[in-house]
Amino acid sequence: MLEIKNLHAKVDGDMILRGVDLEIPQGEVHAIMGPNGSGKSTLSYVLAGKDDYEITEGSIVWNGQDLSELEVDERVAAGFFLAMQYPVEIPGVGTMNFLRSAMNAVRKARGEDELNAAETMRIVREKAEALNIPLDMLKRPLNVGFSGGEKKRMEILQMSLLSPTLCVLDETDSGLDIDALRIVSDGVNAMRGPDKAILVITHYQRLLEYIVPDKVHVLSKGRIVRSGGKELALELEKSGYAEYGEDEAA
Amino acid sequence: MAAVRETIEQVKDIDVDQYKYGFSTDIETVKAPKGLDEDIIRFISAKKDEPEWMLEWRLDAYERWQSMQEPEWARVHYPKIDFQDLYYYAAPKSAEKLKSLDEVDPELLATYEKLGIPLSEQKMLAGVEGAGPLAGAPGVAVDAIFDSVSVVTTFKEELAKAGVIFCPISEAIKEHPELVKKYLGSVVPKSDNFYSALNSAVFSDGSFVYIPEGVRCPMELSTYFRINESQTGQFERTLIVAEKGSYVSYLEGCTAPMRDENQLHAAVVELVALEDAEIKYSTVQNWYPGDADGKGGIYNFVTKRGDCRGDNSKISWTQVETGSAITWKYPSCILRGDNSQGEFYSIAISNGYQQVDSGTKMIHLGKNTSSRIISKGISAGRSNNTYRGLVSAHRKATNSRNFTQCDSLLIGNDCGAHTVPYIEAKNSTASFEHEATTSKISDDQMFYCMARGLNEEEAVALIVNGFVRDVLQQLPMEFMAETQKLIGISLEGSVG
Ligand SMILES: Nc1ncnc2c1ncn2[C@@H]1O[C@H](COP(=O)(O)OP(=O)(O)O)[C@@H](O)[C@H]1O
Ligand SMILES: [Mg+2]
Repeated sequence: MLEIKNLHAKVDGDMILRGVDLEIPQGEVHAIMGPNGSGKSTLSYVLAGKDDYEITEGSIVWNGQDLSELEVDERVAAGFFLAMQYPVEIPGVGTMNFLRSAMNAVRKARGEDELNAAETMRIVREKAEALNIPLDMLKRPLNVGFSGGEKKRMEILQMSLLSPTLCVLDETDSGLDIDALRIVSDGVNAMRGPDKAILVITHYQRLLEYIVPDKVHVLSKGRIVRSGGKELALELEKSGYAEYGEDEAA
Repeated sequence: MAAVRETIEQVKDIDVDQYKYGFSTDIETVKAPKGLDEDIIRFISAKKDEPEWMLEWRLDAYERWQSMQEPEWARVHYPKIDFQDLYYYAAPKSAEKLKSLDEVDPELLATYEKLGIPLSEQKMLAGVEGAGPLAGAPGVAVDAIFDSVSVVTTFKEELAKAGVIFCPISEAIKEHPELVKKYLGSVVPKSDNFYSALNSAVFSDGSFVYIPEGVRCPMELSTYFRINESQTGQFERTLIVAEKGSYVSYLEGCTAPMRDENQLHAAVVELVALEDAEIKYSTVQNWYPGDADGKGGIYNFVTKRGDCRGDNSKISWTQVETGSAITWKYPSCILRGDNSQGEFYSIAISNGYQQVDSGTKMIHLGKNTSSRIISKGISAGRSNNTYRGLVSAHRKATNSRNFTQCDSLLIGNDCGAHTVPYIEAKNSTASFEHEATTSKISDDQMFYCMARGLNEEEAVALIVNGFVRDVLQQLPMEFMAETQKLIGISLEGSVG
């Protein structure tokens, strides 16, 4: 169970999260929707433990463990994974090399044996194929020159390679065409399981046709203002975010 | 606090414990008295049992040196060196007149083992487990130089079968005087600069390599330099001659104990490539860099130059510079032969209070000559890292080409990176290209890597290794993985 209680967080002195309450039991998929600038990405970074995102009040507990006490990499070892809205380019670092380093770092932290080059290659290829990622891409520097869609697929590939139990996907659907959306959704659905909790952040209802959530929450001005079943997404699609304060600037 | 900013904090406590080669060895030594005069030079020459011509050569160099000034144009700062307050000769007592490996002082062998360089040929062939970053790989011939003398050279017989000479230069002076007379000082003249003159006067040992016509040297050659004695300068001299159509790949590695005082290392390396010959010279320099406050460490003032004397010859320098308090070093190529090629690939890492002023000179004299410079400077802590490079084309060097790429990576806000290119094209057909970039490891990159499970150190090492990849690939295969680890170790202090 993921339990977020009364979460307040500041970014560069501005209070962005103003008391988020959210519970996701294991085995469930929840969606957070909300207007631009409502704090969705901020929430995801706070969960990941990014520097400069300061928790001023409240708590984040995953299966009894207080995540806010942990370093970024320690949260990953504890099962957390964030598929980012804007994946970062790492020049010079081959994708395959990066994936192997990440997999082994996580395995080491979890007390598992490290994988050799051949084993990683086999595992990565298999998962890459399922996500329709060409093997050529694995030879290129990570995310450098990747298209928006390629970057998103790479995020999902990493998610499936690092065996997380708590997954947050921040606008993974943006920049994807309909085929890619289906492939990526299949990838996410494959991650579902009785021990997994998944949080899908999206601006659009479309993604939720493929990744069907157990619950939908609306985030506005740093708080969850409404929660409901999957039909809430459809309603939002029709009415828009006007009543939740679409931030013009963002 | 941002990850990178934290990194800076941690760089500030860069710590001598990081330097794992910092032990010293208790070995009985023979030293010349402190200071430098003609008598000391005669002493060194006599100790080495040198012929008269060599002594004359040294004395001539000494005379020239006395009228020369220390260069001051480099971006490095250090207190004036008192050249009379140094020992110019130190040799392990037991290493005098050695016949075979069995006679080498076990302490010495143990020292090299500790450095990850096994000197027993059986062990080398077998490869040694857990060997360090400077490890000798299986099937690599090694010349080990401890303070002023060569203690042992491995695989000599095997190389002799191919006609290759690989021996201490002190031995070559006696056994192959014609070759030494012909080539010594022919690339770096005695009076080339202050340090080369000093080296010419007092050099005590180094490696000599001769590859006969048409021979491809059957194995990697390498020399390991170790400064052990305190207050002792190390002045080694390396000479490599590749005859027509021959090929050799050579690697040198360097380490020293941690000492409070600065130690001087002023080497001269000369390479001669005749027609169609190729020399690949790699350096992994990991001298002691000094402690957290910038105390101690090696002054590395080195003159390295290669002469592409024959047409279609090629000389390639690859260097990985991680150690030394101060590095002053410009491995250069004189592209004399038509169609000759020069290459310079460099990774220079500075951390703590290290100062690096390094680069290359590509002197295009022949027609259709080409050169390529890839320099990757990484600065962390409070260090300063300067690339200084000269590319010149002579009037007669028609169609000469150069490509230069200088990339600097900064870790933190207290370090500096500087690029000082000099270009002199006296020929309108010359085409010189220069690209330079400066970047920083961004907080976002650190966060991204850590959000994939890498800890701070692993993240920095991964990003840095990505940054230097082009150059790393130039190293002999046997040394690539180990060097990658060394880079990680050098920056370990930069993230605590
Ligand atoms: N680094 C930052 N510094 C200051 N304000 C920020 C920063 N990042 C985001 N914000 C602000 O926080 C608010 C929420 O942003 P974000 O979490 O990205 O929203 P969403 O993902 O819902 O579009 C916005 O008003 C945005 O301008
Ligand atoms: Mg967002």
